[in-house]
Amino acid sequence: MPEPLLRASPILECCDIAFERDFVPVFSGLSFALRRGEMLQVSGANGSGKTTLLRLLATSLTPSAGRILWQGQDLDRCRTAYRSELTYLGHQAGIKAELTPRENLRWLLPFHPNASGNAERALAAVGLAGLEDSPCATLSAGQQRRVALARLYLSTAALWILDEPFTAIDRDGVSRLEQLMHAHASRGGVVVLTTHQPLGLDGVRLLEMEPYACV
Amino acid sequence: MPVWFHRLGSPKGFYGMTTPWLPWLAVASLLLLMAGTVWGLGFAPADAKQGNSFRIIYIHVPSAFLALAGYYVMAVAGAIGLIWRMKLSFMVMKAAAPLGAALTLISLVSGALWGKPTWGTYWVWDARITSMLVLFFLYLGVIALHYAYTNGEAAGKAAAVLALVGTANIPIIYKSVDWWYTLHQPATIRLTEAPSMHPSMFQPLVVMIAGFYCLYALVLILNTRAEILHRERGSQWVAELARGGRA
Amino acid sequence: MPASDTVPALATGRAFRALLVRDLTLAFRHRGEMANPLIFFIMVATLIPLGVTPESRQLAVLAPGIIWVMALLASLLSAESLFLADYRDGTLEQLVLSPQPLWLMVLAKITVHWLVTGLPLTLLSPLLGIMLSLPAAGFGSLLASLALGTAALSMIGAIGAALTVAISRGGLLLSLIVMPLYMPVLIFGASAVQLAVDGVSPVGNLAVLGALLAFSCLLSPFATAGALRVSLHG
Repeated sequence: MPEPLLRASPILECCDIAFERDFVPVFSGLSFALRRGEMLQVSGANGSGKTTLLRLLATSLTPSAGRILWQGQDLDRCRTAYRSELTYLGHQAGIKAELTPRENLRWLLPFHPNASGNAERALAAVGLAGLEDSPCATLSAGQQRRVALARLYLSTAALWILDEPFTAIDRDGVSRLEQLMHAHASRGGVVVLTTHQPLGLDGVRLLEMEPYACV
Repeated sequence: MPVWFHRLGSPKGFYGMTTPWLPWLAVASLLLLMAGTVWGLGFAPADAKQGNSFRIIYIHVPSAFLALAGYYVMAVAGAIGLIWRMKLSFMVMKAAAPLGAALTLISLVSGALWGKPTWGTYWVWDARITSMLVLFFLYLGVIALHYAYTNGEAAGKAAAVLALVGTANIPIIYKSVDWWYTLHQPATIRLTEAPSMHPSMFQPLVVMIAGFYCLYALVLILNTRAEILHRERGSQWVAELARGGRA
Repeated sequence: MPASDTVPALATGRAFRALLVRDLTLAFRHRGEMANPLIFFIMVATLIPLGVTPESRQLAVLAPGIIWVMALLASLLSAESLFLADYRDGTLEQLVLSPQPLWLMVLAKITVHWLVTGLPLTLLSPLLGIMLSLPAAGFGSLLASLALGTAALSMIGAIGAALTVAISRGGLLLSLIVMPLYMPVLIFGASAVQLAVDGVSPVGNLAVLGALLAFSCLLSPFATAGALRVSLHG
């Protein structure tokens, strides 16, 4: 298939997905399609299901109805391949406080089969140069989150799912992260994120949870 | 999938379908249990060695039977719920857990009552009783897990996993306890074994077992219906029912 | 389009090793906590002479069972820590989301858990044997049965740990769930030591313990993986 056409077909599609928590509907009838190079911001009131949607996309949860398609294939059929192509950053940092940033990256990376690159350069890129060998417990909350963000510099995963990635990051870090996301998208990657802060990026699609939320 | 299967799979369908069954099951259990009790306690001949105290087997054996069968019912319901994602199956499992635990308790207590006149003590660590006790603990674990989870959906799934693990372990536990008992009791006297049965003793036992099965089915369905009403209390059809309509 | 939906074996092996090394590193950074089950083990052994009898001959009769029960309790206490820390800081979710087979990652964690709790317990058991007047004939069987048995207990305990990780103060519930499943291991382990003390070969019992270990190695990683997904779902 010629390159331009390939880039035009959606890489991630949600078809009419619904989610119930403890048999109580949270949202239903949600559909969207993302192409390579697109960024999607999910927004809505607290409790409208933003985090739930992101966890669904990360396969931590399963939808109670509907299908998620990756590269045209149903997720049920290509779950492992999908997981190889995704990086998820949730509410918690997802790193071990007793290990140093360098050690944290060392154990995290083999879980991304395609990851490569220099851990030191990644840590420097997130502003942790010089702190590579201090136990994460001695770092501030923002610094710990940045260790998790360092993964983004090293993984070649196509899909980034970021839940409130700007939490506890200072302005400098915010702009660095925005640049990183933009670069990822221009390389053909896809970003799905939630955030309370105004984004300093153009061309970010918006998905409102309101129309789909079940009261 | 046939229509009745779909109907059975929905809580509302199950509720409607089982409503006419209840009076039949109630009558059947009542008749069988009454017949078995009167026959066993009154008319069956007394045992040569144990006298009249053996008659407790008419309660002990059926309850022990159903306690074990009930665990498998619970586990199968859990497995169906996990594999086919059937809400109703999880409800049946949740209903079966306390029922099975109660039956296990009945069998333990009736075993103890048997023990006093027969061997002079209420509790003996023999293979059968000890296995029953472990089964009781397995039931308690499933019940406790149900209560510990605040999310009812996750509770059902977790309890199903536990019930399945328990099922795989039951033969191992029974065999281990059996073996353990023979290790400590050189003569292989099985103390809680029913005395060699004359047909006139055996027949009322069969009636009692049948009666217990009917009672089990009745109570399981009643418990499940209660669980359905509780879970679906927000829905239209339950409100309709509460107002005096029919399901 | 890939023919099968799996991660290449090399990548999975690297992930397994990375997790193993990570957990071992974490355990050694918490050296003090590692010692707790061991100290518990020795302390409760003191309870029996204090509460029952200090008389050597009577202790010798009870010793095989007591040591085994204490090892079981120590194992039970340490089971809770298997997934709790990972659940709290979000690394458990990362593991569950990763493309590697979860059952294999669980196996790595359980292996470390045993190396760090069950194995030291086994190595410490002769000390308890001396304190509780275990006859000399029983020591070999004690070591062998505990080596196999604590590994099985770690495997079984993992299922309970996975089911209760999302429940606050789930430790007691874990004990409730797991104890009936522990009983066959206890029966064959304690009697292996008893048989050795009585002069009978314990090899048959040890073989059964081995079989129980093999069975739990087969069943537990999958049950634990399923239980972890349920816990994270809720």
